[in-house]
Amino acid sequence: MELDINSPVLREFGSEQSLLSKPDGSATFMQGDTSVMVGVYGPAEVKVNKEIYDRATLEVLIQPKSGMPSVRERTREQCVRETCEAALLSTLHPRSSLTLVLQVVHDDGSLLACCLNAACMVLMDAGLPMSRLFCGVTCAIDAEGQIITDPTAQQEKESRALLTFAIDSKEHNVMMSSTKGSFSMKEMQQCIAVSQKASERIFQFYRDSVKRRYSKIL
Amino acid sequence: MNAIHSCFKAQIGEVVLPGDVFQFDVSSVEEDSNIKSEKIVCGPGLRRNGDEILVYKSGILRHKQPSMYWIDSQQKRYVPVKGESVIGIVTAKSGDIFKVDVGGSEQASLSYLAFEGATKRNRPNVQVGDLVYAQFIIANKDMEPELVCIDSCGRANGMGVFGAGGFLFKVSLGLVRRLLAPQSEMVKDLEKIFPFEMVVGLNGRVWVKAKSVQQTLIIANLLESCENMTAQQRRALFKRVAEGAL
Repeated sequence: MELDINSPVLREFGSEQSLLSKPDGSATFMQGDTSVMVGVYGPAEVKVNKEIYDRATLEVLIQPKSGMPSVRERTREQCVRETCEAALLSTLHPRSSLTLVLQVVHDDGSLLACCLNAACMVLMDAGLPMSRLFCGVTCAIDAEGQIITDPTAQQEKESRALLTFAIDSKEHNVMMSSTKGSFSMKEMQQCIAVSQKASERIFQFYRDSVKRRYSKIL
Repeated sequence: MNAIHSCFKAQIGEVVLPGDVFQFDVSSVEEDSNIKSEKIVCGPGLRRNGDEILVYKSGILRHKQPSMYWIDSQQKRYVPVKGESVIGIVTAKSGDIFKVDVGGSEQASLSYLAFEGATKRNRPNVQVGDLVYAQFIIANKDMEPELVCIDSCGRANGMGVFGAGGFLFKVSLGLVRRLLAPQSEMVKDLEKIFPFEMVVGLNGRVWVKAKSVQQTLIIANLLESCENMTAQQRRALFKRVAEGAL
């Protein structure tokens, strides 16, 4: 299979917004068989020891499919939190707390990218102030040096390197990157170019899903 | 005016997302020096950044003559705004102020003197757990919000502590704004079913009271189900209820 930078292969995605009644915003995001459900609470009251005087305190919790959250979830939480902090205008809600709870429903590869997409979706749903949108794209480089976008768990296992990027919607810049394995500078540049191309499709999907959500009161 | 309106025009009534930008052609204005400076009002969801206007919330772009623009979004969490009327729950009494939960990130304070006819001698009868309909006199991101139950003339004007009975429930902020819109079709349709009292707070809380508990609950359930219905579906449902078992 030859890599075509202009039309990266992404699995089918799907999403649903405002599906839970208790949180202030909720969403699910599915990429192929990978599925994540998110709820967000906030701007709410904050504990005194976590209070920041000029902006909101953002907390991200990732719950794995089974068992307790471990170190792996912690690193993912940090990636998601830092991306969200960069996109949110948290200075508009000082001394308050925002809590994002992500529940992994099923992991079939590209989990971090799916978490990022779900997080962006839920922030939009809750109506929190954001300067831009973001999306996550995972690229795997296999043994022959070919780039696979949005890999499945099997493809991830067979890959030599795994790169996840968060791309912003305005200038299509890289907001966050998380990589595993060894790869050359050129391969990384290629992966970024592919991700930027793929991000356009995801942003279009965001627009379509928000339109669908507001279709009844248009 | 036209220079500014033209950049919004195509998007009015459409869904916009955070990060969308509205730019106007400044050069044409600068050349023609006899154009008077025009003002536009950016409501919730829009902010100015130099020559452009940024969208920071997802929702529908709305416009009101002559030059007001805002984003109409369906959110659940309330953020206090000065001048808005809300339904609060009294959570504590401390000295001369009450603490009131309005659903925001911080509890609002309400002075015992901010009721009609209240004096230092004649305290209003407010207990913890009571509901109050009040208006924000201070609400900004850096200060504790403050409520009053009187208008600028010292009159209650419909505000104050709620009487016994009735039922309080929460709906989304978008639905509340639709209920409060002048000549709201939803309220008109509902009034045809049977008479009831309703108080709508902009913080998403709605209080209803009808002749019997059963009727109160019917009204509450109908309002909650209006959240995700088109006007047609709503009319069909209301008609069924009006004709139905009652």
